[in-house]
Amino acid sequence: MMVELKQIYKSFGTLEVLKDVSLTIEKGEVLVIIGPSGSGKSTLLRCINQLEKINQGEIIVTGQVVARKHPGEKEFVLPLKQVYKLREKIGMVFQRFNLFPHMKAVRNVAEAPIHVAKVPKKEAYERACQMLKKVGLSDKEQAYPAHLSGGQQQRLAIARALAMEPEIMLFDEPTSALDPELVGEVLQVMKDLAKEGMTMAVVTHEMSFAKDVADRVIFMDEGRIVEQGTPQEIFGQPTQERTRTFLRKILN
Amino acid sequence: MNTFDFEIIIERFPIFLKATIPTIQLTLLAITFGTIIGLIIALMKISQKKPLMIIGTFYTWIFRGIPLLVQLFIIYYGLPSIGIEFSPREAAALGLSLCGGAYIAEIIRAGIQSIDKGQMEAAYSLGMSWEQAMFRVIIPQSLKRLIPPMGNEFITLLKDTSLVAVISMVELLRTAQTQASATFKPFEMYVTAGFIYLMLTTLFTILFNKLEERLALSE
Ligand SMILES: Nc1ncnc2c1ncn2[C@@H]1O[C@H](COP(=O)(O)OP(=O)(O)O)[C@@H](O)[C@H]1O
Ligand SMILES: [Mg+2]
Repeated sequence: MMVELKQIYKSFGTLEVLKDVSLTIEKGEVLVIIGPSGSGKSTLLRCINQLEKINQGEIIVTGQVVARKHPGEKEFVLPLKQVYKLREKIGMVFQRFNLFPHMKAVRNVAEAPIHVAKVPKKEAYERACQMLKKVGLSDKEQAYPAHLSGGQQQRLAIARALAMEPEIMLFDEPTSALDPELVGEVLQVMKDLAKEGMTMAVVTHEMSFAKDVADRVIFMDEGRIVEQGTPQEIFGQPTQERTRTFLRKILN
Repeated sequence: MNTFDFEIIIERFPIFLKATIPTIQLTLLAITFGTIIGLIIALMKISQKKPLMIIGTFYTWIFRGIPLLVQLFIIYYGLPSIGIEFSPREAAALGLSLCGGAYIAEIIRAGIQSIDKGQMEAAYSLGMSWEQAMFRVIIPQSLKRLIPPMGNEFITLLKDTSLVAVISMVELLRTAQTQASATFKPFEMYVTAGFIYLMLTTLFTILFNKLEERLALSE
């Protein structure tokens, strides 16, 4: 089991964003999370790599307990140093790329391997070049992010995350900020990654990607998992009215 | 009515130039230590650690809230009564650095907080620690935005060095005072001091504009 979430609750102030969410992600599995805006999808991903702290529940990543907070029991939270270590195993790709604008492409990719994983500089740069090649950016090694198209920027962000050799990749609406004609190139990189056996959790509105690549689809609404199943089940015969309404809206 | 006496200015100008040296030295000292203090205080204020935040907030509250002139009086005339004595030079450097540090801390804090939250999150998601994220990702990006307000602050510090004349440190304004009473030409002597300050602030402004241009080009 790569990730286990048990009965997660998360609030921002008085706003309950995740309510009793339980979920597992198997090694090599591609999980796609769909749902309306504000339903808690990003928060769910961000709890996995501890960008958000949960209020209640249990998170286990690659067998390691990350947080355990059950009412009436002693709380466990991973010490900060180990949270940093944990994040090395979890790659994340953001809707708005969040590339480092003051670094050239190759440096964006090599920065964390050098300073976090302590890979020797030369080796890190060689590996960075390989990663850039993998996402089709071999000719952009020396370019600053601002000089790349949106699709190129997102592929660079994927390369940056992959350079840490993560065991799981989290994608938070990776194509939502892109012009329609640039979506395909990013999805292609993600498809290739899935084919290689990468464990992935993907929040997306690209239903074709979900149909083609997902092993399992989760539909979230108002902080709860409403329904989950294979793409055939979710898109073919959803059992919940809310799922049907959402799919009708998004597929027009 | 006397006419404006240029000759006395030319005669005394070498003395003024010599007095400009301590003014510049003091400015550079205050900039250096003020920036170091400012960076430390700014990092304390944005750290998630309560005690550090409180110390940082307290620091800026004190040193921005009490007039620099009063701070200088406390350091130079006040502290000796509890056994802490400074030379005028030391007191001047200390006062200007402490006070400058408080203003610079606010500048740096604002600069750091103006950087998109996504940068910190991206750094974290790659396994960076808070310190690594700060020094490798956030601060380098904020540098460009810091240059205009830092330039202003440096000019303020340069002008504020004139305040230390009151604790009898020999610098530009103090020299103008002594020359004014020696020559009975206060107008000429103070205008000369003013002119030199103006030249120095102009030089600073030009330097900072150049720096800003160069950094703007680098992206
Ligand atoms: N840092 C935060 N502070 C306060 N409210 C937040 C924060 N992050 C998210 N929220 C709120 O939590 C809810 C769920 O957000 P999110 O997980 O981003 O949903 P989704 O990704 O499904 O659109 C939204 O109502 C959002 O406004
Ligand atoms: Mg979201």
